Amino acid sequence: MAVLVQEPVITQTHADVTRDVVATLERPSTGYVLITLGAVGMFLVGALTFLILVKDGLGHAGYQPPVFWSVYITTFVFWIGIGHAGTLISAILYLFRSPWRTAVYRSTEVMTVFAVMTAALFPIIHIGRQWIFYWLLPYPNQRFLWPNFKSPLLWDVFAITTYFTVSTTFLVYGLIPDVAAVRDKVSGWRKLLYKLTSVGWTGTDNQWRHYSRAYLYLAALATPLVLSVHSVVSWDFASGIVPGWHGTIFAPYFVAGAIYSGIGMVLTLIIPLRRVLKLEHMITDYHFDNLGKLVLLTGSILFYAYGMEYFIAWYSGNTFEQTTFWRRAFGPYWWAGWSMIICNAFVSQLLWFRKIRTNATSLFVISIFINIGMWFERFVIIVSSLSNDYLPWAWDQLNPTWADWGILAGSFGWFGMWFLLFARTFPIVAIQEIKEMIPMPRKRPPGGHQ
Amino acid sequence: MARRPRTIPGVLASFEQIDAATDAIKALRAGGHKDLVVYCSHPNHELEEALETPVSPVRLFTLIGGLTGCTAGFTMTIWMNLDWPVLVGGKAFASVPAFVPIGFELTVLIGALSSVAGVALLAILLGKRGIMYDPRFSDDRIGVFVPAANDKAATLEELFRDAGAVEVRHATA
Repeated sequence: MAVLVQEPVITQTHADVTRDVVATLERPSTGYVLITLGAVGMFLVGALTFLILVKDGLGHAGYQPPVFWSVYITTFVFWIGIGHAGTLISAILYLFRSPWRTAVYRSTEVMTVFAVMTAALFPIIHIGRQWIFYWLLPYPNQRFLWPNFKSPLLWDVFAITTYFTVSTTFLVYGLIPDVAAVRDKVSGWRKLLYKLTSVGWTGTDNQWRHYSRAYLYLAALATPLVLSVHSVVSWDFASGIVPGWHGTIFAPYFVAGAIYSGIGMVLTLIIPLRRVLKLEHMITDYHFDNLGKLVLLTGSILFYAYGMEYFIAWYSGNTFEQTTFWRRAFGPYWWAGWSMIICNAFVSQLLWFRKIRTNATSLFVISIFINIGMWFERFVIIVSSLSNDYLPWAWDQLNPTWADWGILAGSFGWFGMWFLLFARTFPIVAIQEIKEMIPMPRKRPPGGHQ
Repeated sequence: MARRPRTIPGVLASFEQIDAATDAIKALRAGGHKDLVVYCSHPNHELEEALETPVSPVRLFTLIGGLTGCTAGFTMTIWMNLDWPVLVGGKAFASVPAFVPIGFELTVLIGALSSVAGVALLAILLGKRGIMYDPRFSDDRIGVFVPAANDKAATLEELFRDAGAVEVRHATA
């Protein structure tokens, strides 16, 4: 079929792969340093805002009845969602044996870990009294109280903690053989760093035997985990009786949205990154085409979910539900409601065209729309639903303040800072998995084995 | 401070071609050398077949870890709810369906961590020490090490050269 983008023929040798990836860790360019400093600056804005919130309280963030979950919870769900693409690509596509994942999976895993790390800050920021955050955890205390395990909010504590731990483990575990390859190529203090972080890896048959088998099990455990985490996040909402939240569609709707937003962020990151790190021959149109198809699939599921939400609101005959959805499109938050529908449901449909899927510029622009649209989706679900509850006299709007925007900017800075520092310190492309795809030289022409 | 492990005497051959390495491995195994160490930059099924590698027991770590996590999740939630019984939403104190997410998350968490602990134990901590290594094995070469006394080294070197080794080194006792 002419519409398929063929898998590129790999012309590199094993030595070329090591050399090219080690080259990404050499002296950084001025552009990289400036972008990293920009990210650190944004993070400092967030840190300063946070200090003011700790000193004065959450009143700065515009919290007032009836909207007490606002920009911080919106941004929490946004970053958790971003984190889903990494495990999808590294675990689910690993089990499906998709060959195209090899060139992009490390960067998506790194994105996952730092996105979840960013998200994990938000419940802490949101609770107001950060110094007693440990009340969320079940620990023996002087009043013999235990947390309420029947609440989805507590399930979330376990889901996020598990997800962060397992995705970090998955990333670090996958890095070990690659760090060993870098260790054998560099000198000086960097050799010491990679020697320590490669934990004595030499690539013996015994090591690979245990390593590969455990990787399979890690992938098998991470696969249901990725589906569970955003399901649990969705139940934070769906088990409440707020109109616009109380839907059985929420778990699959949130999971599809999470993967959609995650792949959007992957594209936002790797399109500039492959140019900065000179990896154009490794991350090609073939990879963009496949990522584009995943965006199209999940974007279409979102399209269906948006339509179904409106249908169910109408079909339910429930006035409160109907009013909430009417106000999403034509109420005071119409701009957020339409941003979400246009950016997610409609823009993703452009990816039916192969020319758009394989064009880095158009994909980059679409990925920005996805990021914006998915942030607005969470804003619409959380803020617009809370602002018009059951009693019209209690309705009120949330007006995000400087404290909301400061923390939001800080979260992007925090995420960007870690991602950029990682990309220059550890291999951002998986060396050993790409080598696995390249046939080794032979003395006889290939016979039984390919 | 731990002492550096003693170097194990033997012969280390370096290969560029995969079938040359598998030829050497098969010849060595046929000659009774079962105690080989084979280096490669990535997992390779041809090497595994030549070595007849058995399945790793790391799966037991995953299974036991997963079952421990699952049991811990349900036991903790049920016990804590019975220890301090608070009526929530008219549900039973030990409301098992509400505890499924906790049981599930801990299954995954402990299962994953114990798998990695299994690899750390089997592949790193219990791995052989003091075997010759070459930095090119993490790049593009395949290494085959066979432990042998000094008097066997010449015969082994010839076997490696015949199979197609590009470099052969000796470690003496």
